[in-house]
Amino acid sequence: MSPSSPVAAAVKALGSVLRSGALLTDPVELATYECDGLTNFRARPAVAVLATTAEEVAATVQTCARFGTPFVARGSGTGLSGGSVPRSDGVLLVTAKMRSVLSVRPEDQRAIVEPGVTNLAVSRAGAPHGLFYAPDPSSQQVCSVGGNVAENSGGAHCLKYGFTTNHVTGLEVVTPEGETVELGGMAPDTPGYDLVGAFVGSEGTLGVATKVTLRLLPMPEAVQTMLAAFADVDSAGRAVSAIVAAGLVPAAIEMMDALAISAVEAAVRCEYPAGAGAVLIVELDGPRAEVEEGIAEVRRVCEEEGAFEIRFAADNTERAAIWRGRKAAFAAMGRLSPSYIVQDGVVPRSSLGDVLHEIGALSEEAGIRVANVFHAGDGNLHPLVLFDDQVLGEEERAEELSEAILGLCIARGGSVTGEHGVGLHKLAAMEKMFSPEDLETMLLLRSAFDPEGICNPGKAVPTPRLCGEPPRPCQGSHPLQEAGVAEIF
Amino acid sequence: MSPAFAPGALQDLERACPSGARPGTEVDTIDGVAPSFLAYPKDTREVARVLKTASSYNLPVVVRGAGTKQDWGTPPERVGLVVDLSQMTGVVEHVSDDLVVRARAGTPLASLAATLAGVRQRLPVDEVVAGSTIGGVVATGISGPLRYGHGAVRDLLLGLTVVRADGTVARAGSKVVKNVAGYDLPKLFAGSYGTLGVMTELTFKLRPLPDQRLFVSASYPSPAEMAPHLAELLRSQAVPAAIEIDRAEPDAAVQVCALVEGRPRPAEVRADLLSRVMRDATVSLEAPPWWGSLPGPVTFKLTGAISAVPSLIGQARNCCAAAGLPARLWGSAGTGVLYLGLPSGTDPEQLASILDQLRTAASEAQGHATVLRAPAKSKATLDIWGPVPGLDLMRRVKQRFDPGRLLSPGRFVGGI
Repeated sequence: MSPSSPVAAAVKALGSVLRSGALLTDPVELATYECDGLTNFRARPAVAVLATTAEEVAATVQTCARFGTPFVARGSGTGLSGGSVPRSDGVLLVTAKMRSVLSVRPEDQRAIVEPGVTNLAVSRAGAPHGLFYAPDPSSQQVCSVGGNVAENSGGAHCLKYGFTTNHVTGLEVVTPEGETVELGGMAPDTPGYDLVGAFVGSEGTLGVATKVTLRLLPMPEAVQTMLAAFADVDSAGRAVSAIVAAGLVPAAIEMMDALAISAVEAAVRCEYPAGAGAVLIVELDGPRAEVEEGIAEVRRVCEEEGAFEIRFAADNTERAAIWRGRKAAFAAMGRLSPSYIVQDGVVPRSSLGDVLHEIGALSEEAGIRVANVFHAGDGNLHPLVLFDDQVLGEEERAEELSEAILGLCIARGGSVTGEHGVGLHKLAAMEKMFSPEDLETMLLLRSAFDPEGICNPGKAVPTPRLCGEPPRPCQGSHPLQEAGVAEIF
Repeated sequence: MSPAFAPGALQDLERACPSGARPGTEVDTIDGVAPSFLAYPKDTREVARVLKTASSYNLPVVVRGAGTKQDWGTPPERVGLVVDLSQMTGVVEHVSDDLVVRARAGTPLASLAATLAGVRQRLPVDEVVAGSTIGGVVATGISGPLRYGHGAVRDLLLGLTVVRADGTVARAGSKVVKNVAGYDLPKLFAGSYGTLGVMTELTFKLRPLPDQRLFVSASYPSPAEMAPHLAELLRSQAVPAAIEIDRAEPDAAVQVCALVEGRPRPAEVRADLLSRVMRDATVSLEAPPWWGSLPGPVTFKLTGAISAVPSLIGQARNCCAAAGLPARLWGSAGTGVLYLGLPSGTDPEQLASILDQLRTAASEAQGHATVLRAPAKSKATLDIWGPVPGLDLMRRVKQRFDPGRLLSPGRFVGGI
């Protein structure tokens, strides 16, 4: 950052409004914050603010607003779409240090937390009262509630329980202009537009949440987890449809194909049934009587569809053993391949089988392996495209294949992201999924919150490239574009 | 017909909407405001052409489905055109394996329910107002008992097609149950009272129809005596789909009914557990007569933190009893949403005083008190929405979506 750069004045002003120690300017320390969980998008922020209070967040945003300086909010930085990649000409506002559970109100089934509180900490806070927080993204031990709100995080159990948006009832938000507003609250149906609903999943482009009111649920009386092994993905896919058709609503239905199974066997030796072409993990929870009958039905359906081995978890240890393979799946890919791309797309449940065949055909054609791990119950695919970055051109071909898989999702009327978000990564895909009018309509919301276009600019929704379009939230070119790292639309 | 609107508007509307357009009459009034014209589009494209025409003539537009909730909220300031969606009915897409349905906004909730029941599925949204269309339910955000177990209508809405004030057609959300691509505009539109655009198609996530429904009912002399049982119900492992209360008159006993849904044998076990929690409860296959029925004809809505529900019931009683008014209170004790029904002839000043007291009570309970419906003459003297946190942001959202203020002007919070 040169002293004459536009952001320098903002940094100077931040120094006078924030306590010493809140401001991080040392390039080495700043390097920690260059990227989120999707590490191929990087930029070093001009400055990072390690906020500890809502007032500091507000003071930072007000300063950015005054100088027209772009800012990006970041929680734990576990996102997988580059949503919290900083701007080299802007401020990175880190909320990870705001980690107080402000209150737990079991009688109201609510918890009020600061944005840096981890997802799992919310459930831990509810546990003494027999309550839990339902959304459970795989990164729940480290990911923050603020990040969950930004991304509308799901998790394996969202099939039954829904996403973050179904569990946030209130927000304290610092708007991009630096104003603190309360949206929603303890009670439902606050008069006016559902701005809580609009804010959740807005990927940090509508402001910074400084306080979050979450709904807690009574812990289920019983949980039953089942592992079913099938000869191939077709029969496993048919079993998923049959479970749904039987009127069951499992908490989770997860599927892994043979390649994914071989990777997790190598990595964590989860000892899934030998010779399985696909495994399903089905979990039911709720009242004991309901779960007992339900799991028997799931077993019957799986056997009818050709499951050759079925295991039940007798206790929590066995339950953890069944989940171990699934939870290790992404990390385990290193056993199969030097590099891989995690894709995140959604298809209607009923077309799962067909789409898996189409992915197989694309994979064969490209000569690039694809391991499939996915939330089968809600049609959310996570194909893992394996490649060797030492082989010239393979990464490009892997990316092409990964894009082509998203094309399959769009063709089936699905979505280009089920849970990882758009961030920087999926801006181009958004233009394939939505018409210019659809995107323009989304930008109306954005410009209402952020007329100056300084709040996480260039993410989440592509900005129109034509003249005469409505207000452009993104000003100037993105630093990644300047650095030649990324192409921004 | 109001002379304020340019000649030629009707002809142009007829051209834009070959399916039907006509001048307004007295019977078409929207909450006391007579419209100049009506249009009856049959598809999204006609709606788009109608809105484009309306905006070229500066005609304020109010949307109507079955017209069952036109007296909710604040009356519109002016109505140039009623866009009547009663011809836009039916399911567009329903793949039962996906548990997702896309239907036209004018589809009656009851007919959608009948279609879905054919494959043992349902949209778990109660028909709180008989005859409601899905568009009307989404636009007002009204929900009933099933909200406790399945979420409000906003939680079930996956996607929509909307026509903006200038006739631009946009889609948002998707037809898959899991999707985080772009802003969640369906949430913004749910409960927006037709002030941001005209919703023409809606996509919902569905649930299987339960095999068994059991209603577990008990009665308590006072809210205070009900309170511990309600708290225990909320903690119960029986996972009720709904926890409802009803009080027919200010000093009547408080009726509580919890609904259990599921497989026949487990449902019995769960109902049994609930009946012990509720003490002296009866279990029935039939809902109590008051189940899911909105009190009225004047209706105030009260919300609060769940634990404050008994005290809200008590305070509603106090202000109605003090005024000597017969008032019925009904609502979802499990979610903290209550409705108070008052007689149609209630003096406007008395209504205003009750609303004031309720607003104080709701505010203490960390909720809100609003007027859902009241006679037009009373509305003029009532503060329909009360304090609205975030109103400034809402005005800006409205300004972006409808800069000419042509969609239901004045109908919503802060005169939006």
